[in-house]
Amino acid sequence: MRIRMNGKPMQCDATSLWKLREERYQTSKHLVVIFNGFQTDQDLALSEGDEVVFIEKGRIPQRDEFEAMLSARHTPHVYERVRRARVAVAGLGGLGSTVAVALARTGIGFLHLVDFDIVEPSNLNRQQYGVRHLGQHKTEALATIIGEINPYVRVHFDTVRVCEQNIAPLFREDDIVCEAFDRADAKAMLVNGVLEHLPGKKIVAASGLAGYESSNTITTRKVMKYLYLCGDGDSDARPGRGLMAPRVSICAGHQANMILRLIQGSEDA
Amino acid sequence: MIRLNGRIIENAVGLTLAQLIERERYTPSLVAVECNEEIVCRSAYPHRVLAEGDVVEVVHFVGGG
Repeated sequence: MRIRMNGKPMQCDATSLWKLREERYQTSKHLVVIFNGFQTDQDLALSEGDEVVFIEKGRIPQRDEFEAMLSARHTPHVYERVRRARVAVAGLGGLGSTVAVALARTGIGFLHLVDFDIVEPSNLNRQQYGVRHLGQHKTEALATIIGEINPYVRVHFDTVRVCEQNIAPLFREDDIVCEAFDRADAKAMLVNGVLEHLPGKKIVAASGLAGYESSNTITTRKVMKYLYLCGDGDSDARPGRGLMAPRVSICAGHQANMILRLIQGSEDA
Repeated sequence: MIRLNGRIIENAVGLTLAQLIERERYTPSLVAVECNEEIVCRSAYPHRVLAEGDVVEVVHFVGGG
């Protein structure tokens, strides 16, 4: 039968995982076994089309094996669609930087990063940057971070301020737009602009994620035909109720997962 | 009657969207409005008159990101 091992198609005569492992490796010590996206310590029967990755812990993989190992935990077929997707993230603060990193770890094919701002110290309470990024444009800093996590993501960035006039040319090529701005008026401007000027484009927005109210009030809702809204809808950032990493990350997780669902063709929230 | 975010609203037929937004205490610059599954341009709020049975969705954004 034909299977894929470490990313390469091969003819396989072994009938089970452990038999294949014995054929290929002297020892099973320090060997991580991933079978169709699932890490296993049990011997399983092999059949046509299976995807198997053996990772030797502590060994730096060959270049041609590396992508297969990076993507080994992704479910086959799911990953294929993720890899073909092109997602724009507008605003690279607590929400946007976290959404972009989550999508990069999921193996997204193409990320379009948009922000005008630079990294400053008050961003570090909730955004995916570090001290070494202070003073850099968020677009460039995040592109570097993503490159270190998953070098197979194609990243294109625009260091511009989004306004009504540039929405259509900026986001025309993207499959899905993630609204991740900080200011309420900017959120409304982007959502209106995308829905008006780019008919049929799906947008995943966020509203209401400040403070430390219950995590369980943050939801994902399909609020319009092409608009999904994550958050509690109410908790704005204001004096006495700041933005903090846990709740911002929860909301960003909702956005990233909704984007992943849309890529897979699931349109329900 | 019309439906606004799933609620039944009486006495709204004949109002413009701008008047409805004001009556419901939304801030016009912070909303997105869909009427019968079609997005309504912001510039159209003062002209769009609500008709019997309209289904209106208003999303009101708050800050933080």
